[in-house]
Amino acid sequence: MAKSIAELKAIREKMQGQMNMRVDSDDSIRVVVGMATCGIAAGARPVLAAIVDEVGKRNLTNVKVSQTGCIGVCRLEPIVEVFEPGKEKTTYVHMDAEKARKMVSEHLVNHRVVEEMTISAAE
Amino acid sequence: MKELSLNLLDIAENSVRAGATRVEIDVFDLKKEDVVSLEIRDNGCGMSPEFLASVTDPFTTTRTTRRVGLGLPLLKMEAEQAEGGFEIESEVGKGTRTKAWFKRSNIDMPPLGDLSGSMITLIQGSPEIDFIYRRRTDAGEFTLSIPEVREELGGISVGEPEILVWLGEFLAENEAEIEYK
Repeated sequence: MAKSIAELKAIREKMQGQMNMRVDSDDSIRVVVGMATCGIAAGARPVLAAIVDEVGKRNLTNVKVSQTGCIGVCRLEPIVEVFEPGKEKTTYVHMDAEKARKMVSEHLVNHRVVEEMTISAAE
Repeated sequence: MKELSLNLLDIAENSVRAGATRVEIDVFDLKKEDVVSLEIRDNGCGMSPEFLASVTDPFTTTRTTRRVGLGLPLLKMEAEQAEGGFEIESEVGKGTRTKAWFKRSNIDMPPLGDLSGSMITLIQGSPEIDFIYRRRTDAGEFTLSIPEVREELGGISVGEPEILVWLGEFLAENEAEIEYK
């Protein structure tokens, strides 16, 4: 039997118990994935899915993942931008799901920029 | 685009940008009728007759980074290549309906691809929108209604990673029950 929507009630109760809702605060990290025609055609969907999956699994409540349109350098898509408060923006280019998972563990968890995947390494 | 599911993601993004609060998506894969169709209806801002007449021209776009837009022209071309068709209707202030259909047995029929992945991506990007996704094959049909999901979740956002993962499994399992063996 496939899942039914009614089963969400149990998840809701569990999540309310944990009280780990993501809150927008000044110290939260913003991760933005380019999802225009260019990004999608280059493979942005599995990149976004991998980031959401990792952020959920690792329970990174200080990370907010969002989507944007065309960032402007379509030939470098899929592109992921990371905004950390008080730091310069990091732009990751030519991403795939595996690189995205690495970015989450290295950058979002350990706060080490993965230089070889950034736009400055590509240009 | 390699898969129809990527066109779906791309075109539905137009509805999001049109400020829609409700977006209905139908994906039908009908063997007996030999047709695959993708239809998206939204209650967004709509388009003027002049803009509507030009949307399948690649040199028409709403984006500001450059002056070409390829989403709708690509879908139209793919549908026509597979002996199908494309239509779009829109009214300012009311919304837009976009439909593309393909002859299922045509060699140029693109694979459907990861439809569930596209739906999850849309919901992640716009958790405030009431998406209603209807999927049908000869073997049956199912619907994912975000308004219904919201009711079950109380105040929890459908954009929470835990919820998105669960919805992805819901779609995959229901999809498996109606897919062609």
